[in-house]
Amino acid sequence: MGIEPGRLHFSWISSAESVKFVDVVKETVEAVKALGPNNNFIKTKAKVA
Amino acid sequence: MFAYTEKIKKISNRLLKESKVDLIVGFRKGTVPMMNEPCFAKTPEDVDCFVWDSNCGINLANYLANRKEKIGIVSKGCDSRNIVTHIIENKIKRDQIVIIGVPCKGMIDRHKIEAMFDTEIEEVTEADGKINIKGDGVDKTIDKIDVLQQNCTICTHRNPVIYDELAADLIEEQTDVDKYEDVRRIEDMTAQEKWEYFEDLLSTCIRCYACRNACPLCYCPTCFVDESQPQWVGKSQDPTDIRTFHFLRAYHCAGRCTDCGACERACPMGIKVRILTKKLEKDCLELFDWESGLTLEKRPPLDTYRPDDPDDFIK
Repeated sequence: MGIEPGRLHFSWISSAESVKFVDVVKETVEAVKALGPNNNFIKTKAKVA
Repeated sequence: MFAYTEKIKKISNRLLKESKVDLIVGFRKGTVPMMNEPCFAKTPEDVDCFVWDSNCGINLANYLANRKEKIGIVSKGCDSRNIVTHIIENKIKRDQIVIIGVPCKGMIDRHKIEAMFDTEIEEVTEADGKINIKGDGVDKTIDKIDVLQQNCTICTHRNPVIYDELAADLIEEQTDVDKYEDVRRIEDMTAQEKWEYFEDLLSTCIRCYACRNACPLCYCPTCFVDESQPQWVGKSQDPTDIRTFHFLRAYHCAGRCTDCGACERACPMGIKVRILTKKLEKDCLELFDWESGLTLEKRPPLDTYRPDDPDDFIK
């Protein structure tokens, strides 16, 4: 729908898998940072005429 | 078409006379051309208003959800698939309905015809695959095949999949059609192109929810867009809210949509909303080998778990 691949991540992490959790979060943050700020799907304030 | 109408009337009359059903859902002529409307016949006399032509695009399965009576229903291929979906989802019981199957030769797209003329169309008649359109200073005959609804041109289930009575002989199914040409074109776009495509597609949406109301799948007592506690989606005309509505609605139809085209037909702005549900239909076919509404024997993909369900997107 126009969301860059890399901005959205899916993972299945058990509460016992702390190492996997840290790895996935790191990876996700890096991938999203590389894409830069999000310009789509942002709701701007309604313009008042 | 006249033969269809007569046969539907005859079957309906018999079903009501023999008290096999309490009411029959069919079509009657609408107050404006190309807009036949649903009609509920409760007595054998009511049946006289029934018609059948190429303007019966509304999906009558929409009127079955949660009904308690015994109902007869006039049903084309797509309607019958939605009836199957209703039965699977426990919205109605199979022994509660008598399905009058109508092998369907496609419905005409009123948006296409309206776009052809500047003037108001007053009368539309059809015979032998030709459509005659009359209006102020207009009298034109065109081929029906040129003004079919897009979903009818790619339809591969024109015959009802379940039925108790038939209004005509079964017809040959189309086999040589490319159903997902338009979906593939969008899949090939870059993220930014996709964003712009949908921005443009939905730019005229007025959020009247006609697409939702026409859809037989949208039977939730309270739709997520109407809920206010919690409020899932903003109620404004903001493009983000409009987009959220359309995409979420499409996802609610995943593995259930039969591509009947009722949503697109109902849209007063002529938005091609089917492109969203079609993508999910394509995914269901490719990932789960699933076409909705074809059998009562199998559970839909989002209703079942298989160890080999595709999950490449999960890390």
